[in-house]
Amino acid sequence: MVALTMFDRIWNRHVVAEEEGELLLYVDRALIHEGSSHAFAALAAQQRRVFRPRQVFAFNDHYVPTTGRERGVEGIANPEIRDMVLKLAANAAEHGITLFGIDDPRQGILHIVPPELGITQPGLLIVGADSHTSTHGAFGCLAFGVGASEMMHVMSTQTIWQRKPKTMRIVIDGARGFGVAAKDVILAIIARIGAGGATGHVIEYAGSTITAMSMEERMTVCNMSIEAGGRAGMIAPDATTFAYMANRPYAPAGKAWDDALAVWQALPGDAGAHYDKVVEIDAAELAPMVTWGTSPEHALPITGQVPDPRNARDATAGAEITAALDYMALTPGTRLADIAVDRVFIGSCTNGRIEDLRAAAEVAKLGRAKVAAWVVPGSRSVQRQAEQEGLDRIFIAAGFEWRDPGCSLCTAINGDQLRPGERCASTSNRNFRGRQGTGGRTHLVSPAMAAAAALTGRLTDVRELTKGG
Amino acid sequence: MQPFTTINAVAAPIDEANVDTNQLCPTRFNKVPRGPRYAQILFHDRRFNADGGEKEFLLNVEPFRSARILVADRNFGCGSSRESAVYALYEFGIRCVIAPSFGDIFANNCGKNGLLPVVLPENVTAAIREQLRTQPGATIAVDLNAQTVTDPSGQLHKFDIHPVRRKCLLEGLDDVARTQQYRARIETFEAQYGAERAWLYAARK
Repeated sequence: MVALTMFDRIWNRHVVAEEEGELLLYVDRALIHEGSSHAFAALAAQQRRVFRPRQVFAFNDHYVPTTGRERGVEGIANPEIRDMVLKLAANAAEHGITLFGIDDPRQGILHIVPPELGITQPGLLIVGADSHTSTHGAFGCLAFGVGASEMMHVMSTQTIWQRKPKTMRIVIDGARGFGVAAKDVILAIIARIGAGGATGHVIEYAGSTITAMSMEERMTVCNMSIEAGGRAGMIAPDATTFAYMANRPYAPAGKAWDDALAVWQALPGDAGAHYDKVVEIDAAELAPMVTWGTSPEHALPITGQVPDPRNARDATAGAEITAALDYMALTPGTRLADIAVDRVFIGSCTNGRIEDLRAAAEVAKLGRAKVAAWVVPGSRSVQRQAEQEGLDRIFIAAGFEWRDPGCSLCTAINGDQLRPGERCASTSNRNFRGRQGTGGRTHLVSPAMAAAAALTGRLTDVRELTKGG
Repeated sequence: MQPFTTINAVAAPIDEANVDTNQLCPTRFNKVPRGPRYAQILFHDRRFNADGGEKEFLLNVEPFRSARILVADRNFGCGSSRESAVYALYEFGIRCVIAPSFGDIFANNCGKNGLLPVVLPENVTAAIREQLRTQPGATIAVDLNAQTVTDPSGQLHKFDIHPVRRKCLLEGLDDVARTQQYRARIETFEAQYGAERAWLYAARK
C-alpha cells in the first residue's frame, strides 16, 4: 500500500471528476467577505444562483470600522465603504447565505470566526475569497484562497478545478526560547525559504515544536503559509485540535462527535509518506523576529542590523535591498532595535486571537505607550473574552486604544490607515509597500514585540523588557 | 472570456522580484466595479503622486505605455488573492506576463480572465529584460498554440502549460459551463459524502 500524506488523503476524498489531470474537487465550505462583490457581480452577469447556500459563509470584516460600532452600518461615514458592507448583506440575503454581519455578536474576521464556531473542522476542503484562508489548515483541513472567478465557480457548483500541488514538509523540533512566539517561528521560516519558497506546494508543518503549540499558535503559523508562496499550510489534527473543537456551535455532538472523531483521527499522514521537499528547523536557534523591508522574507532576529546591499550575494539581490531600504527610509548597518516607530497595531487574522492579546497585555502592563498603539480584537468573541479577563483595562491603563473587531490596519481599507511616511510595528502579515496605507512603512512582529515597541517607541527585543519578570 | 491565441507586441521589463498584488492594485481600489477605470489603477501608487501627477515609472514612458506584454522577475503576483490585480493588467492592455515564477492564486486568476502567465527560466527572463532595456519598444511574439515565446533577438523559447488551461484560454471557455456537465456526478458525490459525514449537514444549535 502506498503511504499517503494527510494532504493526499484529504485531496483524494474530495475528487469528483478528472479531465486530463485536472481534478474537480468538492468544496465543503466557502468563506466570503465584502470584497467578494466581484464574484457576486459575475454570478449576476451569468444569471447564476448559489448552488449550496448553507455551505457558504459571509463575513463583514474587511470594511467594517473599528470605532463607532454602536451605530451599526449607519456609523460608517464613507458612503463607498458603507455600500460594501450593505452590498454583502444584500447578496447574502438574496442567495440565502449565512452572514456574520456588522451587528452580529459573532462578527469578526473570516479566518477567526469559523474556527471559533466549529465551522472549520479537520478533513474539510475550505476555499476562501482571501489568501489567508491557509489559516484554517491548522485544524488538519485543506484550505486555500481563490480569486473572484474561482469563488464564483465554487458558489455556482460547490466544486473547484485544481491541479495537484506538490507537498513540502517543514519539521520544527525542540523547545522555543524565552520570548519566541509562533509569529517568530513562521517569520523565520519565510526568511529561510523565501517569499516564493513554497510556491506550487502545500506545506505540512510537523515536529515537536508544532505539536506543543496551542490551536491559536498553529493558526498563526498556517496563516502566513501564503507569505512563503504556499498554496496552503496544514497541521495534523491531534488531542489539542479535538479539545478545541468540542462543544463549538457547528461542531458535531453526541454520537455524531464519535463518528467525526473516528474520521479525524484517521487523517494524519502515514509513516514514510513522500514529500517533494523537506525543510528542517531547530527551534532552539530561533529568536524574536522583525521585518526590515518590503517583503515578508525580509526578516531578521531583533538583535540584528539593517542589511547592507554591498554584502548581498549578487547585484540583483543588492538592488532589491537598496530599493526596499529606500522605501523604508532605513540606513544599512542600523541596529534593528534602534528603529523608532510612530504607530503600533495589534490584531489581524494572524495575531488577533485571545492568546495574542494576552501576550501583548503581559507586556503592556509593564509601562505606558509612547506612541499611538491600537488593539483590534479579531472577533466579538475574542473581544468579550478579553474584556472578561480584564485585558481591555490593562491596555487602556497603558495608553493603548481598545477598538472593535475587523481587519483594520492590516488591510487598511475600512478607513484605518497609516499616513504617508508613518512607521508601524504591526502584528499583521504583510509589509508590502503601501499595504497599511499609501507611503506607510510596516515592520512585522509578534504581539509581545508590538507591545514592547509601543512602550519604548522603537523596535524592541521584548526579552529585555520581560527578563527577570 | 476573450480567447488568447497569439500576440506580437511591445513588452516592458519589470526588474523587481516579488511584485505583490498590492502593487498591481492598491487595496483601496478593490471595490471598483470591473471596467476601464482599472487601466489607471495598475501600479497606481508607483505611477501617480497623491495629486494625480505622474511619477517616474516605466509604464509612464513611451513606448512602454502601449506595452501588451510584461517580462518580470520571480514570484510575480504574490500576496493577496484579489482578482482586481488581473483586471488592472488587462484594462491597461497587458495580455501576457512572462516570469520565472508566479504567485499561485494570481496565475490562476490570470487564466480565468484571458491573460496568459508564461513561466520561463530565471536566466532567460533576465536576458529578455536586458534586451528590452537596451532596445526600448522591441516586440515579443507569444504563440499559445505552439507554446512558444520569440524574444526580440529572434530566439525561440518553449514553455509549458497544462493542456486544459491552454484549451480554456485558446477557446475562451467558461469553467462553470464545463462543470455543469458534471452536475449528476456532483450530486452523486454529495449523497455518498453526506451519508459518511452527516454531522456536516445537521441542524445548528
